[in-house]
Amino acid sequence: MLLKSTSMKGWGLLVGSVLLFLSFAASIVLGYTDVNLMDVYQAFFNFQQTNDHIIIRDVRLPRAIIAVCVGSSLAMSGVLMQALTRNPLASPGIFGINAGASMFVVIAVSFAAGLSMQSLTWVSFVGAAVAAIIVYAIGAAGREGLTPVRLTLAGAAIAALFSSLTQGFLVMNEKALDEVLFWLAGSVQGRSLDYLLPVLPYFIFAWIGSLLIARHINLLMMGEEVATGLGQKTAWIKAAAGLLIIALAGGAVAVAGPIGFIGIVVPHFARSLVGHDHRWVVPYSALLGAILLLFADISARYIIMPEEVPVGVMTAIIGTPFFVYIARKGLKGS
Amino acid sequence: MNKYRVFRTKGGRFSALFDQRALTVALSLTAVLAGLFILSASLGEMFINPFEVIKVLLGQGSDTSGLVVNKFRMPRMLVALLTGVALAVSGAILQGMIRNPLASPDIIGITGGAAVAVVAFLSAFSDENNALTVSIQWMTLAAFAGAMVVGIAVYLLAYKNGVSPMRLILIGIGISALMQALTTMFMIVGPIFRAAQANIWLTGSVQGSGWDDVHILAPIVVVLTIFAILIARRVNAQELGDELAAGIGAHLQWDRLLFLGLCTALTGVAVAFAGGVGFVGLMAPHMARRLVGSSYGGLIPVAALVGAILVLGADLIGRTMFSPQEVPAGVFTATIGAPYFIYLLFKSKRA
Repeated sequence: MLLKSTSMKGWGLLVGSVLLFLSFAASIVLGYTDVNLMDVYQAFFNFQQTNDHIIIRDVRLPRAIIAVCVGSSLAMSGVLMQALTRNPLASPGIFGINAGASMFVVIAVSFAAGLSMQSLTWVSFVGAAVAAIIVYAIGAAGREGLTPVRLTLAGAAIAALFSSLTQGFLVMNEKALDEVLFWLAGSVQGRSLDYLLPVLPYFIFAWIGSLLIARHINLLMMGEEVATGLGQKTAWIKAAAGLLIIALAGGAVAVAGPIGFIGIVVPHFARSLVGHDHRWVVPYSALLGAILLLFADISARYIIMPEEVPVGVMTAIIGTPFFVYIARKGLKGS
Repeated sequence: MNKYRVFRTKGGRFSALFDQRALTVALSLTAVLAGLFILSASLGEMFINPFEVIKVLLGQGSDTSGLVVNKFRMPRMLVALLTGVALAVSGAILQGMIRNPLASPDIIGITGGAAVAVVAFLSAFSDENNALTVSIQWMTLAAFAGAMVVGIAVYLLAYKNGVSPMRLILIGIGISALMQALTTMFMIVGPIFRAAQANIWLTGSVQGSGWDDVHILAPIVVVLTIFAILIARRVNAQELGDELAAGIGAHLQWDRLLFLGLCTALTGVAVAFAGGVGFVGLMAPHMARRLVGSSYGGLIPVAALVGAILVLGADLIGRTMFSPQEVPAGVFTATIGAPYFIYLLFKSKRA
């Protein structure tokens, strides 16, 4: 780990917050329509019906807020998922969350044409929850309860099943493909705060929950026997972590579509900075996830201007070089 | 000693030890595969009596059924079967080498490399009318080249005083995410028709395979699979962990390079001819493990059989169920495989 002492970790958190704020500001300022910070200030405190002001208030700001919420939620759910499965390769996708959400959305688009984007938010949230509950139930059914291997395998099987059904629907129905291809790649573009508001309560509840549960996750990571021996009710902690993952990753996919990479790699970034204490890994992941998604979203505007690349594509393009670098330098214990 | 059965040649020069259970399972799976093969040859737009199929296979039977079976159905069935074998063997070796149940040719980016090559090929060589300007044969080559390039790149990036499984898989995940991103980007930038065509490839389909394909695919897959079975012992050694494996005399680094090369080649030819058929590389080895245990001597052949059955069955369903519309085989590998896998997960006492 890079940051060894507690005070350094604390300072790191502060630096991270400043970075987050700067990228947030950059996300509002940069883009096809050039505005400067003065305009931003004016837009809030001296609002005029000019184009710039409307863009700032109705397009850029919601987009940046959504990127922060989605990025941090995905990263936190990745931390929990990797802890729960004790597998560094696990991501919320392994829980079948993205696959379930995608399948429900594709089915909805195929059979009920003309659904509003808002109702798709709910459809995908429900799909994510249904898939995750099925996976959890299969993983936990059996004499010895939920073991990491069973959960991982059940998740991989269900995710494969759902995504192949999705592929099937898309192959049979090219029109649906056209409509949902952009959704399937994940994007924070063109989403107003109305998309975020329905899931925001779940997000807030889950963010607090993740910070609170971090202590117990540390214990759980020592192994089932040790944790039980120290008096932890492991089944409860696992169930709570499962619920948090559904709220975080399900909410994220509902707002922005399946955005890959963040859930799987940001926890590794965070661990390379602060080691294995989840009380630090969770907040660091949240910060790093938000920053990565903001950056990805900003660069997504510039690649094929004036059109935009889905942000899910950019997270991978930006994140991979870093990730390869960290993997080569050596990941502590993972 | 009734758990194993020993076979020896007369002079005792060659001998082999067979696990009784693996042998039974392998024989019954072979029977299932043979039955499925005959069934698959008889079903389709034109029904042919299974006995007639057997006659055709033995070189008799009427001209019409001979034509349908030999010319139309046989090549694609063989391609499906060989694809299943290749992906399953490749997945089994990777899971042993990386010691992680989630390892599969998809997750370390080999399939993704092929996918990028294919979508790039489709967008580079299509004209305004969405007609390809070069022969579709080149797409096969592009897919294979993409898989190989990524396989080599992952190995080189992971190399640092040798390759550790963890570094290999992490870098593989990163690269595979990048490949997925590039694939999506190519699909979104291009027109919808091209996206639809690429999507069929990504799902995995053996439609339109001919004898030419079989002639290239069959020798490669057969040779590599036999080779894989012969070196199964070394995969067992890798599964013990680095220290123990080195202690019992395994050449860790050479073996890793060998295994990765083997997996890349097997996956590369499979996806080149059938596209990104999912699920098989990941799940067929797990199914095999639950049927015969995790010793690789029995595991690789059984995984190969399971993979063959999965893809052959998936293709059969794909071309008959919604006839006359063709559904790519890749849609059904998971649809038929996942429920069976979940059943196995329930049945087994230990996970």
